[in-house]
Amino acid sequence: MSIMSYTGGTVVAMAGDECVCIASDLRIGEQMTTIATDQKKVHKVTDKVYVGLAGFQSDARTVLEKIMFRKNLYELRENRNIKPQVLSEMISNLAYQHRFGSYFTEPLVAGLDDTNKPYICCMDTIGCVSAPRDFVAVGTGQEYLLGVCENFWRENMKPDELFEATAQSILSCLERDAASGWGAVVYTITKDKVNVSTIKARMD
Amino acid sequence: MGDHYGFSLTTFSPSGKLMQIEYALNAVKNGQPSVGLRAKDGVVLATENVGSVLTDDQPKVEQISKHIGCVYSGMGPDFRILVKKARKIAMEYEMMYGEEMPTIQLVTDIAAVMQEYTQSGGVRPFGASLLIAGWDKNPGRPLLFQCDPSGAYFAWKATALGKNDVNAKTFLEKRFSEALELDDGIHTALLTLRESFDVGMNENNVEVAVCNSTGFHRLTKQQVHDHLGTL
Repeated sequence: MSIMSYTGGTVVAMAGDECVCIASDLRIGEQMTTIATDQKKVHKVTDKVYVGLAGFQSDARTVLEKIMFRKNLYELRENRNIKPQVLSEMISNLAYQHRFGSYFTEPLVAGLDDTNKPYICCMDTIGCVSAPRDFVAVGTGQEYLLGVCENFWRENMKPDELFEATAQSILSCLERDAASGWGAVVYTITKDKVNVSTIKARMD
Repeated sequence: MGDHYGFSLTTFSPSGKLMQIEYALNAVKNGQPSVGLRAKDGVVLATENVGSVLTDDQPKVEQISKHIGCVYSGMGPDFRILVKKARKIAMEYEMMYGEEMPTIQLVTDIAAVMQEYTQSGGVRPFGASLLIAGWDKNPGRPLLFQCDPSGAYFAWKATALGKNDVNAKTFLEKRFSEALELDDGIHTALLTLRESFDVGMNENNVEVAVCNSTGFHRLTKQQVHDHLGTL
């Protein structure tokens, strides 16, 4: 079994009209054994920028610390909040600097820039960025997600529609993917508020 | 290892001065004058550039990135080293963050380089002061900075370097207005430069560059000629 699916876990993000949603499951395992059921894979970077880290969770933790280190230095030096576009470039650089001994985690960035335009992107373990306008997914449930997202995603969704689409997508992914599950947490980022909701799925 | 000593030439004098820095500033004061001026919609850099009739033109104004450029007073060779370092810093920033370096970030980095040369062994301070003109996209605004050999830097609305800088600054204090548009800015900058010119100004001994939302541009000889015609 690949190290990328050792702990399991899935992250998804969708873009709407001046809002983005980012969600992850809550399971962490050692192959087929579930170890804990409260492992969020989405992390706050600034008020309007969140990052998701799927894959091997030990590496994800290290990468998160390195991301926060670089982001904190950037914000102190430039005296302004980091934009999601800049953060993804920064993470991509970080990942590629470990080109020949990479961290086994696939990062995902979701946020609003300073004009409140939504930005979402995902990358592979060595930082190759893909930034589509609709949705991104990484982790063990990626292949289950992309199909359902294709059906749920609509142009210019408002925050409540976007939440519904993201939540339904990750829930149907959790039905299929044995390495992800135990409910999900969904962050809905709008220009003046972030809504966090924990949703239940099959709890087994 | 043990047979090599790296002494910094800049050691404090009893009065608290660093003489090497004072001398470097003198090198700047004796240099050909440069003027920088911030207009409403862009920045103007203007400088005297007198070469021999026998030499080809050698530019004194250099572009650093799309929206940043600079000019100097003092020693040309030292300036070229600084430009090389500035361009490298700006490009590294662009590769790291995927957007152009903000002017103030470049200025602090260049100032840090200049400071390092006042405290390191085996080197001397730079014999040049820089005027750095930039346009920051967010929020769209013109910026003008001066970087000294000591590593000190200043944000100006308008200023002058080199020979007669005191007179030039007095002149600017009288002529400068926040409401100037770029073309008026070029006019005022050239008038200021004329104050410290000992020969007649023409397109062969004056260099002008502007920096606005479209980027940093050096004016052609024809454009300089046209602006001088309106003085």
